[in-house]
Amino acid sequence: MTTIGQEIPIATRRRKDKLMLAACLGATTLAVTVLSVLLLSIFVQGASSLSWSFLTSFASRKPAQAGILSPLMGSLWVCAICALVAIPVGIATAIYLEEYARRSRLRNFIQLNISNLSGVPSIVYGILALAAFGRCFGAISADDPLSLGDPDGFFYLQLPFGRSVLAGGLTLSLVILPIMIIAAQEALRAVPPSLRQAALALGSTRWQMVWKVTLPSAMPTMMTGAILSMSRAIGEAAPLLVVGGVLLLFSVPENLMSDFTVLPLQIYNWAGRPQAEFHKIAAAAIIVQLAVLLAFNAVAIIIRRKLQRPLQS
Amino acid sequence: MSHVLMDPATTIPQAQSGSTPTPAPAGTPPLAVEMRGLSAWYGTHQVLQSIDLDIAANRVCALIGPSGCGKSTLLRWLNRMNDTIAGARASGRLSLHGLDLLDRALDVVDLRRRVGMVFQKPNPFPKSIFDNVAFGPRLHRAYGRTDLEELVEQSLRASALWEEVKDRLKKSALSLSGGQQQRLCIARAIAVDPEVLLMDEPCSALDPRSTASIEELIRELRENYTIIIVTHNMPQASRVSDTTAFFDEGKLIESGDPDTLFTTPRERRTEDYVSGRFG
Repeated sequence: MTTIGQEIPIATRRRKDKLMLAACLGATTLAVTVLSVLLLSIFVQGASSLSWSFLTSFASRKPAQAGILSPLMGSLWVCAICALVAIPVGIATAIYLEEYARRSRLRNFIQLNISNLSGVPSIVYGILALAAFGRCFGAISADDPLSLGDPDGFFYLQLPFGRSVLAGGLTLSLVILPIMIIAAQEALRAVPPSLRQAALALGSTRWQMVWKVTLPSAMPTMMTGAILSMSRAIGEAAPLLVVGGVLLLFSVPENLMSDFTVLPLQIYNWAGRPQAEFHKIAAAAIIVQLAVLLAFNAVAIIIRRKLQRPLQS
Repeated sequence: MSHVLMDPATTIPQAQSGSTPTPAPAGTPPLAVEMRGLSAWYGTHQVLQSIDLDIAANRVCALIGPSGCGKSTLLRWLNRMNDTIAGARASGRLSLHGLDLLDRALDVVDLRRRVGMVFQKPNPFPKSIFDNVAFGPRLHRAYGRTDLEELVEQSLRASALWEEVKDRLKKSALSLSGGQQQRLCIARAIAVDPEVLLMDEPCSALDPRSTASIEELIRELRENYTIIIVTHNMPQASRVSDTTAFFDEGKLIESGDPDTLFTTPRERRTEDYVSGRFG
């Protein structure tokens, strides 16, 4: 046998292997440790303030009596609106780009912009949303709004949306839309082309192919993307601050036009105060926020399992 | 060459969906597919060069030739799957029972109901066996439950799979073996009652026993369907086909009765290929 090149001794290769293992393990340990310390300190600080009345009371000047009912409900409202808008719009956009649009310059241009938009600081969306949703670009005066329905009932809308929970939800949907679109596109791309061909060869229209084959196959992955997007949405404070999330609120949203605040804003508010008692309830609010996030993920995992089951033998 | 040139006026008019072609006098079966000067390109690369070929109805036509000779491209023009590929175009004449298949305005969704396709690798949907077979029919019509059950059974019987799966129609199609999956794909294709069945190397991913069962199936299916099969397996072409067409470098070199083509080919290139000297 002719030998070309110089042999690398096995000992050298093994040493390098061990070195890299140590480096990766070290990085993991570092990340986990920092996170654990963070979580632990929050729990130590906040656990004592957690109680049922903390969840069911409004904010107060006295830390011992303050609760997070407004921001908790506000977060749920805002996230529900955001999910209802961003998930369908995101999935539909992804379907258009992946299943319908021909590979053209226009498509590439749109794609590039979506990728870029996912990196835009969220406060920029807040400013845009304030102009668009909050003020309708000044086309309709806030003093003389167009309204529809009963201001005290559930079904009530007015233009411009002003500082309402609807404006907040729409703002967050703008923030997460690029992420949602990209996640849904990835999910569609992972569906084997052979399944599309099979559907088309049987005489499916594009939509029949999407609805009966591509979407069901991509759904589990899409749900993961949706949850990641929602996790981002629930943690946003900056754009909502611009749009008009209230820092101190003593009510719960009753319709889409209600004033609102969200957990991150409340945490920001309390954490910024000088008194240590407020820092404690800020920590407690963080625990609640984490619990909500965990619940989101749990729901996503359950849905994913449900969707995947029929696909397996 | 035995290419029958026909006056366009005498070609059989577009058949009603589901009807069988009218029986022709013995010896001259009616034509299903007619090609005249068919050329095809992907971008600037010419894949087919002026093909003249007639394919008789209710017969099996095998397309053989080395990789890249254009036979799969030809197949994909017959159901216009090439529409999904950017830069694919064709010129000349290609007709199915008189219907111009190269017409830009042709409704490909309707065409693909009339021209079924079985792919190289079995590609069942990740759904139940029943839903796989019912997929095509459900696209085109609204069925009652019992009608659909009957149709699924018929299709599975026709593809010789019924006995093996009748007790587990609700199970995932992915639980079947490779050969069973391919027969399921054939059942799925014939469930919409096409006139023509295109098969693109349907046995290349299968073991010899599954291959034998698919070949037997092809022989049976020709009673009701016109079958066009691309294969790299020459013994298979001679076993299943009534006509074999040999392609090389985008040209149709020779076509005719497989016994003649494999034993006493007229062209040197055919002889080299079928005797294994190249390709």
